[in-house]
Amino acid sequence: MTTISRRGLLRTGAAAGVLAATGLPLRAQSRGGKLTAGLSGANTSDSWDSRTHSDLFMITCAQGAVFDSLTEVAADGSLVGELATDWEASADAKTWTFNLRQGVTFHNGKPFGADDVIESLQMHLGEESKSAAKPIVENIVEMTRTGDHQVQLTLNAGNADLPYLLSDYHILIFPAGQIEDAIANGIGTGLYQVRSFDPGVRMVATRYPDHYKGDAAGYFDEIEYIAINDNTARMNALLTGQVDAINRIDFKAENLLRANPNLRIQELTGNQHYIFPMLTDIAPFDDVNVRKALKYGINRQEMVDKILLGHGMIGNDSPIGPANQYYNAEMEQLAYDPDQARYWLQQSGLDSLNIDLSASSAAFEGAVDAAQLFQASASAAGININVIQEPADGYWSNVWLKKPFCASYWSGRATEDWMFSTAYEDGGPWNDSRWGRDDSERFQDLLIEARAELDSDRRREMYFEMQQILRDEGGVLVPMFANYVQGISNSIQSPETVGNLWQMDNARMAERWWRV
Amino acid sequence: MRIILQRLGLGLITLLVVSIVIFVAVNMLPGDFAQVILGQGATEEASAAIRESLELDKSLTARYFSWLGKLLTLDLGTSFAQLNFASNMGGAGTVTVAEQIAPRLGNTLFLAGVTAAIAVPVSVMLGVLAALYRNTPFDRAVNIFSLTSISSPEFFLAYVLILLLAVLNPILQPLSNINSDMSFGEKLEKTLLPALTLTLVVMAHMMRMTRAAIINLLASPYIEMARLKGMSPMRVIVRHALPNALAPIINVIALNLAYLITGVVVVEVVFVYPGIGQLFVDSVKIRDIPVVQACCLIFAAAYILLNLTADILSILSNPRLRHPK
Repeated sequence: MTTISRRGLLRTGAAAGVLAATGLPLRAQSRGGKLTAGLSGANTSDSWDSRTHSDLFMITCAQGAVFDSLTEVAADGSLVGELATDWEASADAKTWTFNLRQGVTFHNGKPFGADDVIESLQMHLGEESKSAAKPIVENIVEMTRTGDHQVQLTLNAGNADLPYLLSDYHILIFPAGQIEDAIANGIGTGLYQVRSFDPGVRMVATRYPDHYKGDAAGYFDEIEYIAINDNTARMNALLTGQVDAINRIDFKAENLLRANPNLRIQELTGNQHYIFPMLTDIAPFDDVNVRKALKYGINRQEMVDKILLGHGMIGNDSPIGPANQYYNAEMEQLAYDPDQARYWLQQSGLDSLNIDLSASSAAFEGAVDAAQLFQASASAAGININVIQEPADGYWSNVWLKKPFCASYWSGRATEDWMFSTAYEDGGPWNDSRWGRDDSERFQDLLIEARAELDSDRRREMYFEMQQILRDEGGVLVPMFANYVQGISNSIQSPETVGNLWQMDNARMAERWWRV
Repeated sequence: MRIILQRLGLGLITLLVVSIVIFVAVNMLPGDFAQVILGQGATEEASAAIRESLELDKSLTARYFSWLGKLLTLDLGTSFAQLNFASNMGGAGTVTVAEQIAPRLGNTLFLAGVTAAIAVPVSVMLGVLAALYRNTPFDRAVNIFSLTSISSPEFFLAYVLILLLAVLNPILQPLSNINSDMSFGEKLEKTLLPALTLTLVVMAHMMRMTRAAIINLLASPYIEMARLKGMSPMRVIVRHALPNALAPIINVIALNLAYLITGVVVVEVVFVYPGIGQLFVDSVKIRDIPVVQACCLIFAAAYILLNLTADILSILSNPRLRHPK
C-alpha cells in the first residue's frame, strides 16, 4: 500500500487518474468510432425523467450524453457554462441573470430559448413534486424571461452558489411545451441523440450533427451503455473486450485487471464518504466529550486499509472532500489514540461507555466489518460498542435518522453550502446527526453568512472554520473517503484531468473521452 | 378430456392461492414502494404522497380484490414505478405491466428453448448410453460429471464456463445482452453460454431419471424375451425399454423446463441476460406489487401447464392409459 499525504492528494486529487495512465502517449482527440460501456446502477424503473435520477446509469445517459444543464462542472472542478454562456449576480447574490446560448436546437428541431429554462425549472416545483432537486429550485421565488435568450432568477435569500447548483444532474433542460414527449422519448440538447432505450437494459445514442459544442467535445459517432449491475459480469465484459469501460471495480479482483496490458485503471478521490452519524440530541451523544472520545477511539487508517483495501483517503470528520473548492486540508488529522479517548471519556464523567451501533451493507459495502473494527479499536479506550447488524431492506427508512448511532454514506455535493445545508443545517430533513444551533451557534451563523458571500477569500475562511468546528465537535464520524475506481480499455483515451465529482469523469465520458 | 378440464380447474385454484400467498408475503416485507423509491431521501410527506397516489393507504384486502377484479378482465394493471412516473408527468406515457413483461418473457422463453434444445436430447441420449453401459467406467464418468455440475452453484458454473470459453479461449461471448434489433443468429450466438450453463444445471436430473427408468425395466419378462430373440442390447433398450420408460422421463423433463422459465435469475445476472427473472427481482426490491404478482402468476402457470402437458404426453405414450377398460 502506498501512503499519500493529504496535502499531496489535494494537489493531485483531480489528476490522480492520470497516474494510472502514465506511459501512454497523449494524442490529440480524434473523432469517430463507438464507445461501449458497462455501467452499474440501472433499474427497470428507469426513465428520462431527471427528477427521479439517482444512480450512475441514468446520470451518464441523461446529463452525460442526451441532455444539457445550464452550467457544467468541468473536469478540473471549475464551473463553465453549458446552455448558459455567462451569468451575473446582484450584490446580495439574490438576483441572478443568465444569458443563454443562441442557435441551439433540441433533437426534434425545436430551437432553445428562455421559455425552456423556465419550464424545466418549474418541473421541480409544486406540492406534489417528488423531485430530488426541489430543495434547490424552491428557493427561486421568481423566474422572469428578460429576453429570448436571457432569464432572471430571484432567490428568497442570497446564494452565491446558484450557478453551481444549476449544474445538478436533476436539473436538465427539456423543451417547453413538449416535456412529456421529451421524457417519454429522451429529447434534449445534448451531444448524443437517443436511438434506443430499454430501461434497465441498455441505451444507444448517436452523435447529434451540428451540435453547439462542435469539435471540442463528443468525439464518438455512437455510444452504447449496457446495464451490468453485477460486479463480476462487468469485469468479465471489460476483460473480454465486450465493453471499453466499466465503473466501480471490485477491489478484490483489481489485480486481474492490472495484469491485463490492454486495460488501465483510473482512480480518483472525490467527495464520496462513509460515515457513522450520532444523534447529538440523544444521550450520551449530546455530550461533546463523548463525541470527542469516539473521534479518538476510531482507527481511520485501519478502515481505509481493510475496508477500502487502500482505495481511499482517511477522513477528518468533515464532509468536504478534495473535489470541493474550499476543502480544508490544513486541519490537523484526527488519529487513533486510545489514551486521548479515555481522557475525553473521563471529562464527560464516565469510566466506561456502552453504546449500540447499527450497521448494514445497505449503508456502504463493508459497513458491518467497519463497525466491528470500530468495536475493537474503541474497546482499548473503555468504550464498549455493541454492533447490531440491521437488515439491508428498509435500512434507510427504519435505521438511518432513527437509531442514535449508525453507519451511512454521502456521495458528497459539488459545493460546501450544498453539502452543509443538506446534512448539517439546523432542522434540515436529512440532518443525520441532528446538528443544530444548540450544538454550535457559530456553525449555523457561518452557514447562512457564507451562502450569500460573493467574495471567494472570505468564503474560504468561513468554510475552513466550519470544517474545523465539525472536526472538533461534530456529531458525524467521517473515517474515510472512498475512491472512484474505474477500468478503461487502452483503445479509449481520456484527457489528462478527469472529473472526480462523480464516477466516469463526472458521468461525461461520452463527451470528453475518445477512441485512439 | 374430463381429466384435462379437471386439471385446468385445479390449476386455476392453485393460481389463486399462489397470488394470495405472494400478495401477503410481499406486503410483509419491511418497507414499501414509497420508502424504497425515495431511499435515503424519504420524508414523511413525500412517502405519504406516493402512498396516496398508488392507493397504498387502503387496506390489504381492498387492494387485493381490486387487483383480482382487474385480472378477471385480463388486465394485469400498471406497475407502481410507472404509475408514480405518470403522476409526476400528469398521466402520459405509461407502460402497462403486460407491455413490460412481454419482451422479457419472450427472452426468457428463447433462453429456455435454446437450453431445452441442447439439454433434452443430450441428457436422454446420455441416460440411454449410461443404462446400456451401466456400471462401466463410462457410466461412472457420466454420473460423476453430471452430479458434480448439478451440485455446483449456478454462478460458479457460469464463471467456469466464462473462464474456459470466453476468457482463455475466446469462442463465445460472456455478455448475453440480446435485444430485439438482433437477428436470430446473433441472438443464438449470444445466448449459447447461458444456455450451456443451464444445460449443466438441468442435465443430471433428466439423465439419471432416464437411466433409472430404463434399468428398472430391464428385469421385466418382455425384455428378457427380446434378449432371447437375439436382439442387440442397444435395440432392446431403444425399441422396447425406452417407450415404456417415457412417462417418468417426460415428467422430469417438464419439471426442468419449468425451472428454466422460473429459476434462472442468477444466470441472467451473471450473463446480463434481459430475462423475466431480472425484472422480477428488481420489482421485489422496490416492492412493485403489480409486477411481482404478474411474474408469479406466469411462473405458477408455467409449472401447471408444463405438468399438465407432461401428464397428457404420458397418457398418450402409454396405450394402457390411452384405452382404459
